[in-house]
Amino acid sequence: MSEALDFPAETRAPLLHDHERERAKLEDAAGQVLARARAGGADAAEVSVSSGHGRDVTVRLGEIDVLEDARDRGVSVTVYIGRASGSASTGDLGEESLRRAVDQALAIASHTQPDPAGGLAPAELMADRVEDFDQWHPLELDMNTLIDRARAIEQAGLDADARVDNSEGASVSAHAAIGVYANSHGFVGSGKSTRFDQSCVLVAHDDSGMQRDWDWDDQGRYDRLANPEVTGSKAAERAIRRLGARTAPSGRVPVLFANEVALGLIRHLVGAVSGGNLYRRSSFLLEARGKKIFPDWVDIVENPHLPGAPRSSSFDAEGVATRKAPLIERGVLQRYVLGSYSARKLGLQTTANAGGVRNLIFSPGQRNFEQLLGEMDRGLVVTEVMGQGVNLVTGDYSRGASGFWVENGSIAYPVEEITIAGNLRDMFAGLAAAGSDLETRRNIQVPSLLLEAMTVAGQEE
Amino acid sequence: MLELATRTLLDPAGMNSADLERALGRLVEGRVDLGDLYFQHRQNEGWSLEDGIVKSGSFAIDQGVGVRAISGTGTGFAYADAINMPALMQAAGNARAIARAGQSGTLPVARRVETPALYASDNPVDAVDSASKVDLLRTIDSYTRSLDPRITQVNVSLSCQHESILVAASDGTLAGDVRPLIRLDVRVIAEQGDRRESGNAGGGGRYALAGLMRPEAWQKFADEAVRQALVNLEAVDAPAGFMKVVLGPGWPGVLLHEAIGHGLEGDFHRKGISAFGGRMGERIATEHCTVVDDGTLADRRGSLSIDDEGTPGARNVLIENGRLTGLMQDKLNARAMGVAPTGNGRRESFAHLPLPRMTNTYMLPGEHAPEDIIASVDDGVYAVNFNGGQVDITSGKFVFVASEAYRIRNGKLGPALKGATLIGNGPDVLTRVAMVGNDLALDSGVGVCGKEGQGVPVGVGQPTLRIDGLTVGGTQ
Repeated sequence: MSEALDFPAETRAPLLHDHERERAKLEDAAGQVLARARAGGADAAEVSVSSGHGRDVTVRLGEIDVLEDARDRGVSVTVYIGRASGSASTGDLGEESLRRAVDQALAIASHTQPDPAGGLAPAELMADRVEDFDQWHPLELDMNTLIDRARAIEQAGLDADARVDNSEGASVSAHAAIGVYANSHGFVGSGKSTRFDQSCVLVAHDDSGMQRDWDWDDQGRYDRLANPEVTGSKAAERAIRRLGARTAPSGRVPVLFANEVALGLIRHLVGAVSGGNLYRRSSFLLEARGKKIFPDWVDIVENPHLPGAPRSSSFDAEGVATRKAPLIERGVLQRYVLGSYSARKLGLQTTANAGGVRNLIFSPGQRNFEQLLGEMDRGLVVTEVMGQGVNLVTGDYSRGASGFWVENGSIAYPVEEITIAGNLRDMFAGLAAAGSDLETRRNIQVPSLLLEAMTVAGQEE
Repeated sequence: MLELATRTLLDPAGMNSADLERALGRLVEGRVDLGDLYFQHRQNEGWSLEDGIVKSGSFAIDQGVGVRAISGTGTGFAYADAINMPALMQAAGNARAIARAGQSGTLPVARRVETPALYASDNPVDAVDSASKVDLLRTIDSYTRSLDPRITQVNVSLSCQHESILVAASDGTLAGDVRPLIRLDVRVIAEQGDRRESGNAGGGGRYALAGLMRPEAWQKFADEAVRQALVNLEAVDAPAGFMKVVLGPGWPGVLLHEAIGHGLEGDFHRKGISAFGGRMGERIATEHCTVVDDGTLADRRGSLSIDDEGTPGARNVLIENGRLTGLMQDKLNARAMGVAPTGNGRRESFAHLPLPRMTNTYMLPGEHAPEDIIASVDDGVYAVNFNGGQVDITSGKFVFVASEAYRIRNGKLGPALKGATLIGNGPDVLTRVAMVGNDLALDSGVGVCGKEGQGVPVGVGQPTLRIDGLTVGGTQ
């Protein structure tokens, strides 16, 4: 199947090429919702409206596996009657659907109970301007171009080594999205972004069995995507290096979290210092603000204004102006991660984190990955974790893992079917080093992290 | 069911069966092996209580149509979040781009799929008024708080879903289903000195809300959530290493779901990437083990009168007396492998493609009393509650996370253990099943299975099992 396919004309134009009209339509829908809410007796209301368009292609063993052309719209509204609230959502932007959604939200608000912490974020905190963070890079990109790219990625992986003898496929996709948030303070903000991503999952095979692994890239501009050959051959290399994996010795050893899994540790930190878990007393970091939870050399900063990053925005999910602000400085927790609701529950002010953190960056260290292996000498490199064994109430951590066993400062063999366990409080305090290899393609950007010790369990004594 | 679904999905748009034929006709112009249209309307309502007040409620309506064209093993897919003829024809035009030019296909006469309904079609969103739902949550809250003074936080949530689907396919399938789904959850925090622990319990299924509103139904969840939190207050660090594990009945069947179930889904076999590939008919478990996937149980969370491709739900034997006997299939993979679909074609919504998925997966009971199984272990762990799991279907490695477990020494239960991950290898874990209990239980109805980013409700179950060797991920 190498000939070009004949697609309908609408699958060739840039995604959301009519974006100005689409944004006007979303803003109009937001306006209708707020007007209807006020007319229906709401004291306050907020609405978010989004529109997305994507093309996704998956090729497997050279043949087309899935072609998808998808357009999504959605509206969600929250109304407040006094201090009681109700929410509703719908996927249809027609007038009738919008009216029904508002009426449903009002009906629910008439049954919920007054919540002293409820309501919009304070009017004086609304963002007064919306900046452009270089997130919109549309281009004409038809399905055949995406198909050719996916084929090139997969082929590079299959050609890389004879042991790579199967594939779960290579995917390439292009997405564009527009979002509008408005509330009855009079705030209206919008943003739009494009995303392009590619990935490949390959299977390698030898006498020891079968292993699969993958590689990926994700960028706001199509021309920034990694070369197809790079993604394909890295997926192949990662699958091959797992062949012959065995279990590891049990015991307490240093553990190096490769950057792709180290971000999970910082995600747990964010969860534990997030308002919802704090006011529900469901965090092991209650009362930790101002306390030292990492070694001195750890700095983590949130920069919501980073150019080109997908989550950059001048305002959060409640319209509150965002700003660059440290989370951890010299190992000390500087603040929590709050929206206006949890802030009121805790008697604090919102940190403009309604909807989550935006571009949280762990300051990288000086040493590269190999130097960290040398520093570790003997222990475990973790490249994949499995399961949900993290308890944020207690900080207890126990997960399945795979990766590599390290002897004399270098990789000795691949390992799997092992567990790693500890407590996040000790794991954070016991950070020994950070690598220079910051993973910049994620919302939470983290380098590889070396931990002093965790309990590893495998089938060997 | 088909009439009901038609009334909800097609009538409001002024569409009828001739329109479906026209859209299918557009879809199968050219070389398409199978085309289908999936109409869906879903209402979701949720209420949640914390700090003693019902502080939030939400309501959502999602509807749309997914259009799929299959050529060989390739799929063209498009969807529209409005149900009307122009949107349907445009989606059909996009989806069939997968097909190369060729002869126009002809459509067989529509074959109405009628199966006995496994659940009532009552709408749990409308059947009970909002005030009663709010009252229910408040009653549960005060009951839960009264159980123990160490309970400092109580969250109660209720969700009600009502879904209508209609499937029309170029193989003649015409089928509809109306599916209720309800779920109640109780989550608590208990505090004692400087220890803080959580406990949670819940359940539901495809039945009327009245079933959950009876005190004997919800009190069970409240009692259980509180019991778990209090047990956890006393828990000691779990051991680390390879040891015998006894799994309790019911929800610990998540072991089967992860270790066996995913690896027996047809797509992974068609692609040659399952650790169970090529092992049909072989012994993959001890002779005590018979495992089924059964979508036909009345009222269960994972049950389906028809699947999302219009194939009737079925009871499929996956492992019989230790031998691998069956896989779970959707239409695409069944056709590619030359077998029949098994009623396991499921999708999260019209905006997702069908995949082979589990329904209710469980092991049939054996002959041993559960206390005899515990008594047979010198040194090991007894795990009775879990937080879900995960599997790598290619390497076969799976994990599941014990949230309530006890040490066993000399056949006696010791102290409660802190949560720990258990890890094993799917293809050989059931070869280590030494004893199977006579106490088969199904879970209470909370399971959600994720695959390729799609979540669908599922059920699991099993009797008490003794497994002679799993790695336990504690710290001691």
